[in-house]
Amino acid sequence: MISIKEVEHVALLARLELSEEEKEVYTKQLSDILEHARKLQDLDTEGVPPTAHVLPLQNVFREDRVGEHLDIEDVLSNAPEREGDFFKVPRIV
Amino acid sequence: MAQYEAVIGLEVHVELKTGTKIFCPSSTEFGAAPNHHVCPVCLGLPGVLPVINRKVVEYAIKAALALNCRIAPYSKFDRKNYYYPDLPKNYQISQYDLPIAANGYLEIEVNGRAKRIGITRVHMEEDAGKLVHQGSISTTPYSLVDYNRTGVPLIEIVSEPDMRTPEEAAAYLEKLKAIIQYTGVSDCKMQEGSLRCDANVSVRPAGQTGLGTKTEIKNMNSFKALQRALQYEIERQIDLLEQGEQVVQETRTWDEDRGVTLSLRSKEEAHDYRYFPEPDLVPMVISEEWVNEIRSTLPELPDRRKQRFVRDYGLPAYDAAVLTSTRELADYFERCVELYNHPKTVSNWVMGDLSRMMNATGTEIGDVCIRPEQLAGMLQLLDKGTISGKIAKTVFEEMFRTGKDPEAIVKEKGLVQISDQAVIEKVVEEVIANNTKSVEDYLSGKERALGFLVGQVMKATKGKANPGLVNKLLREKLGK
Repeated sequence: MISIKEVEHVALLARLELSEEEKEVYTKQLSDILEHARKLQDLDTEGVPPTAHVLPLQNVFREDRVGEHLDIEDVLSNAPEREGDFFKVPRIV
Repeated sequence: MAQYEAVIGLEVHVELKTGTKIFCPSSTEFGAAPNHHVCPVCLGLPGVLPVINRKVVEYAIKAALALNCRIAPYSKFDRKNYYYPDLPKNYQISQYDLPIAANGYLEIEVNGRAKRIGITRVHMEEDAGKLVHQGSISTTPYSLVDYNRTGVPLIEIVSEPDMRTPEEAAAYLEKLKAIIQYTGVSDCKMQEGSLRCDANVSVRPAGQTGLGTKTEIKNMNSFKALQRALQYEIERQIDLLEQGEQVVQETRTWDEDRGVTLSLRSKEEAHDYRYFPEPDLVPMVISEEWVNEIRSTLPELPDRRKQRFVRDYGLPAYDAAVLTSTRELADYFERCVELYNHPKTVSNWVMGDLSRMMNATGTEIGDVCIRPEQLAGMLQLLDKGTISGKIAKTVFEEMFRTGKDPEAIVKEKGLVQISDQAVIEKVVEEVIANNTKSVEDYLSGKERALGFLVGQVMKATKGKANPGLVNKLLREKLGK
């Protein structure tokens, strides 16, 4: 079981504002998910190499050549606010 | 102070000098208009895929080899999650548990004592954007974001907690900077931010082996700031312990103007980065062949070059250390010696007059307009007796200012040394006639009076008389 405190912490890290009811619901749901995933712990992994990545690919590189930049108007088209060519954001300390 | 010992480790970020960013083909060029060197990948727009720049991996391996690290045969990228507007994706692509290199070291020397400082790991990551505040960060009404720097390749070099004094930390950073600069993978300019340094510091009673609670210090933008900040922080922690209080584990920022470190955030609210493997980038398998190929491109590094300067040029260790502190300075010295084969003389001019004028004018060796041919030419004029040592200093300063050839300066300013015996003889006679007191002093045995008379002759000839000849003629005329 995870606690309501842990749900609040994860919500804060994800910048989510949850109501009291939501916290209750998610605490239950997240606990169930974790409990389900915990079944993996019972598997015998003796002799199975640790997996760092699921794709059977490696060493995909690009060469160091400059490509196209976005037009400044496109860059800023999704900005909530702008000042000149800058994104404008609230003060964050 | 004596009963406490400080334990210091450094985390150094170095910007790699590639043409494009680490995961996209946007330019890394410094000084572009805000947000003009960005593309959908570095802006983190939905659906884009990062692809690693081969040169970044090559440069990271090159730097790591120069730091005596072991290159990992298998390495991958991870996401470091945090919300801050300098990162449009809300995560930074970095390396967590499988960095590109580990287990290195470098050698420092403080007060004549050599010491090996361990390097824990070297990993690759992307830089974040730049926030522009109106005045101070705590009072600014809002911030402006420029994402040009987002995605510029960095390597982070983490040291072992092997340093015990601010001087050792500065020596480590100096050596690290020199080594990386020699490899050519970065400019390592602290004032431009291509070399950045954070420190972990704790103190403990001397003799204790366990570590005390550490703090992390940020925002030290020069070697001097690093030493001052560490000195302050060590004293602050000792004071706390002396008063029976505890050091709080936290991140602190160095306030250069006030000369203090200030609390930024404590451990309780410290970031919870929730690292996990970056699913958009595939792992790297680094072959021994590639590592050896990169190793073969390593230049002679500072320690080896210093040893060679002592061995081949017969220079004192001190001269050799100063001259090899940057690759440019060492190259300059060697080009001069190729043209004028008296290493110690060249060293004296480079470390003396050249360094003095560089410091006085804030000039970097790359911007010095005296070419090695010109310095060598001036030293040859000195050897031939065309100019005196005193005149040489004037010629040197003029070369430094104008970049003109020494011969041209000598001719233009009429600085040729007077070695005509008849001309000097005439001046000597005048000086003897006009300085009877000094002449008497000399004749009654005061050797020092001769120096004064030589000085008078030099003054009368505007420093151009051959000093050896002046000396000889004065002695002859005074019958001694």
